Amino acid sequence: MILGLYNYWIVVVLMMIGFYIVIAHGNLIKKIIGLTIFQTSVFIFYISMAKVEGGTAPILAEGITQYSNPLPHVLILTAIVVGIATTALGLALAVRIKEAYGSIEEEEIQEKDNLDC
Amino acid sequence: MLAHLPILQVIVPLLAAPLCLFLTRSRLVWLFALIASGFSFIISILLLQQVMASGTIIYELGGWDAPWGIEYRIDQLNALLLLIISAISTVVLFSAHTSIEKEIPADRHSLFYILYLLSLAGMLGIVATADAFNVFVFLEISSLSAYALIALGKDRRALWASYQYLIMGTIGATFILIGIGLMYQMTGTLNMYDLSQRLPEVENTRTVFTAFAFVIVGVCLKLALFPLHLWLPNAYAYAPSIVTAFFAATATKVAVYLLIRFTFSVFGLSFSFTALPLQMLFVVLGVAGVFVASFAAIYQTNVKHLFAYSSVAQIGYMIVGFSVSTTTGLMATLLHLFNHALMKSALFLALAAVVYRIGSVQLSQFHGLGRQMPFTMAAIVVGGLSLIGVPLTVGFVSKWYLVLATIENGWWPVTVLILLGSLLAIVYVWRIVEAAYFKPPVTGSENIKEAPLSFLIPVWSLVIANIYFGIDTRLSVQVAQAASQSLFGVSP
Repeated sequence: MILGLYNYWIVVVLMMIGFYIVIAHGNLIKKIIGLTIFQTSVFIFYISMAKVEGGTAPILAEGITQYSNPLPHVLILTAIVVGIATTALGLALAVRIKEAYGSIEEEEIQEKDNLDC
Repeated sequence: MLAHLPILQVIVPLLAAPLCLFLTRSRLVWLFALIASGFSFIISILLLQQVMASGTIIYELGGWDAPWGIEYRIDQLNALLLLIISAISTVVLFSAHTSIEKEIPADRHSLFYILYLLSLAGMLGIVATADAFNVFVFLEISSLSAYALIALGKDRRALWASYQYLIMGTIGATFILIGIGLMYQMTGTLNMYDLSQRLPEVENTRTVFTAFAFVIVGVCLKLALFPLHLWLPNAYAYAPSIVTAFFAATATKVAVYLLIRFTFSVFGLSFSFTALPLQMLFVVLGVAGVFVASFAAIYQTNVKHLFAYSSVAQIGYMIVGFSVSTTTGLMATLLHLFNHALMKSALFLALAAVVYRIGSVQLSQFHGLGRQMPFTMAAIVVGGLSLIGVPLTVGFVSKWYLVLATIENGWWPVTVLILLGSLLAIVYVWRIVEAAYFKPPVTGSENIKEAPLSFLIPVWSLVIANIYFGIDTRLSVQVAQAASQSLFGVSP
């Protein structure tokens, strides 16, 4: 039961690791790393659920009747693109924040903001 | 041509966005973006007419049949939302050219319009599509361009606000993605209508409960429901003024739409309100949001911050209407969606005019503005009255239906709390009125002139809409009623 669903365990563990990093770390780059891990866990979730036991790659061929579901793969290609865009934008923002504040630590940025007010 | 309206609605701004790159002069790009946005506005009017006359429009992309291909489905609710988004976008865009002159460096002007159109296309797409995964894609299109738009703000705090929004927004969107994945796993379909048919068969499984919880939390992050609203005030306060006017009126509304769509249509009313204690949860969070955000608004010194917190409070009202879960309650939510878009776009656009003239939205800089910028300040006053819910403004109409809905349900304490919440709105609106009309002007501000017409025309057309729809409620009430009735009728 537990071993049979090992793919979900990996997904959940990765998800929680990523989520924890996003929440717990104050470093902007680390936050983005956490976010990426978090998103990747979802990619694995989609891809692993598409697998049909005993099914092969979804290519039409003689003598094969059972295929894995190709749709989640296609979906997740889109999600990967979105994930890359998010990471790129996040990193670009981090660069600009570093230029403007001279720091990529959440606490220091917050302190400087409080001084501005 | 008419048959392809649903897809044109989304595709026009989506294709117009990259075309902006070919136009070099800022004024040309602006004109082009305005035309594109105006086009989708016209399309949304036609769609609304068509839907009100002959019911739901179903459009199959590429001619593929529904559960396999992607389907666009426009019913009254979609049509109303499409109209709100494209109308506000067009009106706001009208003054964009003047406003960004002072707020965004000249070499980034065309980028601004590209992002703006992409964001518009994303929001329209979320509303038009009937495919759950498509929702996620459009959500990310609109969100990613929103993060970039906010980061265009002059202040360095805009960057930080944008970053925080990016983190929160991505978590929200990923939650929605997980929810959609779980739903797909259980039903093997992504079409919303198909999902609503197949989910009841498996609705008593833990997977479906989990899917529901993920979707709800993800959407609530996006709509800035208290206490998930922390990204909103700074994002709205430091974004370029035009961007704030656009987003304050549309972005959270789209998320409210998703909440309604997922709970009512996809999961179905009976499941949604029994799987989670949604009624209790939302009424408590909604009312708490109204009070916490309104109190926070009272203590702000930055007027943009003030109205941003007020937006969170207004979301609270919408959620209360939603939690009543009767036709009247949902109607109140939809009306408030429409009305709040009118109020907040008018208010934030007027603030954009103030920024244009005095370069700041600190309350201390508003002293004496009532005489120097009479038309702009009068617009803020009318918008403020509407926010409070004074009769003859749109704010009154939606508050009225909200009060009706809660009384109908016998929720007296909630009714009282809603009215108390409006009193708080009086306090924060009064602070602006006091500063603008009863304080002597700041020294050195004698030369401040009234805002140019490119601000006054859109601001006042929104203000007049605020009053018009407060008196002649036929259109808004009729559409909201039809939409909420069809939502209750469709749900199993």
